[in-house]
Amino acid sequence: MNIVVVGLSHKTAPVEIREKVAFEADALEDRLAQLLALPYVSEAMIVSTCNRVELYAATMRPEQVCVELQRFMAESHGLTPAVLNPHLYSYACQDAVRHVFRVTASLDSMVVGEPQILGQIKTAYGHACDCKSAGLVLNRFMHKAFSAAKRVRTETAIASSAVSVSYAAVELARKIFESLENKTVMLVGAGEMCELAAKHFVRYGVSKVLVTNRTYSRAETLAESFGGVAVNFANFREQLHRVDILLSSTGSPDYVIHAADIKAACKLRRYEPMFLIDIAVPRDIDPAVGKIDSVYLYDVDDLQGVVQANLKEREKEAIKAEEIIDQEVLRFHEWLANLTIRPTIVALRKQLEGVRQKELQRTLSSLGNLDDHERKMLDAMTSAIVNKILHHPTRLLKQLNCDDDKLRYLDAVQMLFDLSIQPPSDDMAELPED
Amino acid sequence: MCCADWWKRSYFNVELFARLCYLNVLLSIVIVCAERETMEPVTLLFALTTTLYLVASLLYLTAMIGKRENAGRLGRWVLLVGVVAHAAVFAVRHSMVSGTPVTSLHESLSFFAWCLVLLFLLLDLRFRLSVMGAFAAPSALCLMIFSALSPDVVVPLNPVLRSWLFPLHISFAFLGNAAFALSFGAGVMYLIQDRMLKSKRFNRLYRMLPSINVLDQVNYTCLSVGFPFMTLGIITGAVWANLAWGGYWSWDPKETWALITWFLYAGLLHGRLTVGWRGRRAAFFSIVAFMFLLFTFLGVSLLFNGYHTFEVFSMP
Repeated sequence: MNIVVVGLSHKTAPVEIREKVAFEADALEDRLAQLLALPYVSEAMIVSTCNRVELYAATMRPEQVCVELQRFMAESHGLTPAVLNPHLYSYACQDAVRHVFRVTASLDSMVVGEPQILGQIKTAYGHACDCKSAGLVLNRFMHKAFSAAKRVRTETAIASSAVSVSYAAVELARKIFESLENKTVMLVGAGEMCELAAKHFVRYGVSKVLVTNRTYSRAETLAESFGGVAVNFANFREQLHRVDILLSSTGSPDYVIHAADIKAACKLRRYEPMFLIDIAVPRDIDPAVGKIDSVYLYDVDDLQGVVQANLKEREKEAIKAEEIIDQEVLRFHEWLANLTIRPTIVALRKQLEGVRQKELQRTLSSLGNLDDHERKMLDAMTSAIVNKILHHPTRLLKQLNCDDDKLRYLDAVQMLFDLSIQPPSDDMAELPED
Repeated sequence: MCCADWWKRSYFNVELFARLCYLNVLLSIVIVCAERETMEPVTLLFALTTTLYLVASLLYLTAMIGKRENAGRLGRWVLLVGVVAHAAVFAVRHSMVSGTPVTSLHESLSFFAWCLVLLFLLLDLRFRLSVMGAFAAPSALCLMIFSALSPDVVVPLNPVLRSWLFPLHISFAFLGNAAFALSFGAGVMYLIQDRMLKSKRFNRLYRMLPSINVLDQVNYTCLSVGFPFMTLGIITGAVWANLAWGGYWSWDPKETWALITWFLYAGLLHGRLTVGWRGRRAAFFSIVAFMFLLFTFLGVSLLFNGYHTFEVFSMP
């Protein structure tokens, strides 16, 4: 049994292609049924997010199924394979397992370590379970993918630092104030980024939000959404000394906050640290403000710098994560290999045992009067012959590592000995017999 | 498979343990060589204490650099055992000289280390900062090593100076010193972290150090603990001098320098409480003041003649 993955992601396809091949959630049931109807596909699953669309299948014939899945991907969205294929990647066997484990552990994401992908794959797996398209192999496969992702999350620091500008602002604030509880945030201007950052601050315990804007009504509505207070733009500077964290994003072409304003505020607040974030372009806060003692001024580029530094840190952690993934892939692969080989070995033994029993009975009945000891000797001899013959092929089959080779040998064994293999689970589709 | 994983995960600790054992042996040899005389129980206890401080230092450094909280927690326990063993050193010495055993340079440095660790452990109850441990434990270790290198002579106290004020005086003085040493450490860390935040460099150091607000608080707490101790140390010293020599203040070099240092710290505390000094300025000030303190503690005793040179304690 093997895993096959066919799909595309932000790394291989532009958004124009990705939006065309996305699967709608309503149609998933039909799509999964169509997938299962494809030849040789025994189990199937569809992952469709804004950054990636992937089909997972469990099969005995990975090569054929790869082609089938590629065709399915194109046809179900009314595209020709010629258009879509350059953007598609296909993995089989161990590569497929590794790919899915990496995706689930968020190592293949646009932002390495982002947490959403795990939830998205869990949802996709949930759909597959509902539609009964996931069986023994995919069930185990997905559970192993989830536990590998969990190991990565707990054993590395891959997701411990901020990689968005608004969250980086929170992280910095905590390096200044330690705790954000009982701190006051002021929004100057009502930009979207400001609002997002303010939301993060509130979630981390900021208790008071002041909002000021040239149009007072806009300030009022924004203040309401945070349970804060609107301040008149004309005299917001008088409130500066009460502010611990200031987010500025006005459309003003000139500086709105000058060094003198902040110096005065600092004196009034007895030099408690102040954290000023200037998100506006052109800037709102005079850069000279950053030189004042215990005032920390960051503009958009500085915050980007934090994000870049954190991303580098994540890349370092990703190396550790890859090691964990390697271990987990190997473990799952062993299980899968066992699952594939065992039925053949069992059938082979059964076949030869049948022959042995039949021939033994015939010989015993034609020889007639033998005592117990002689019967036992004959029995032992024949079973020794069978075991000796089977010894090498069994060992060879168990040792084969490359999936394609293994499949070829398994095919050969099945053909040569005319074996009929029982699938390891009931909910797997019937295997074709040669 | 499971066992293999366990081994891999605990690899770091195993390596650390091996390194500790090696250093332990090395250090014991150094101490034995420095002592030369036969190993007495005191010396053994002293070596044990030093080793414990060493282990705690390594654990705290591991916690800080390797971001392993467990190592910090373990370091705290090791340091606690160390401080108890160290107390035993002084108890034994006390019975040996039947008096307060802080008269030689050897004993002074060792006592300083003990006060430092004790105060750090108390501070740790409130702040739980393994980063401070990474400063305090190695500092104590250095003091112990210098103490081991300076000649260990048991000096019976001059009968003129024998007084119940002596132990009080040195306890207050050294606890003050230790508190100021911690505030110095926090001040240095503050300046580094402030620089990181201002220059927008987000390197390893930035990640390891705590927030500047916490560092400022630690700096202030240590200052507010150290100042009363120092004041009491000076007062008890003056009273004791009056008992021994019939004069409260005689402008002995130690007294002069202690007074200068006291004024510096008084100025800093005043600035913090009334003018609202904090952050960079306060951190910088506490570093400068500690330099003066170090000179008062070591420089004066070693360079000038006066009541506080270590020889003066001996019999005339």
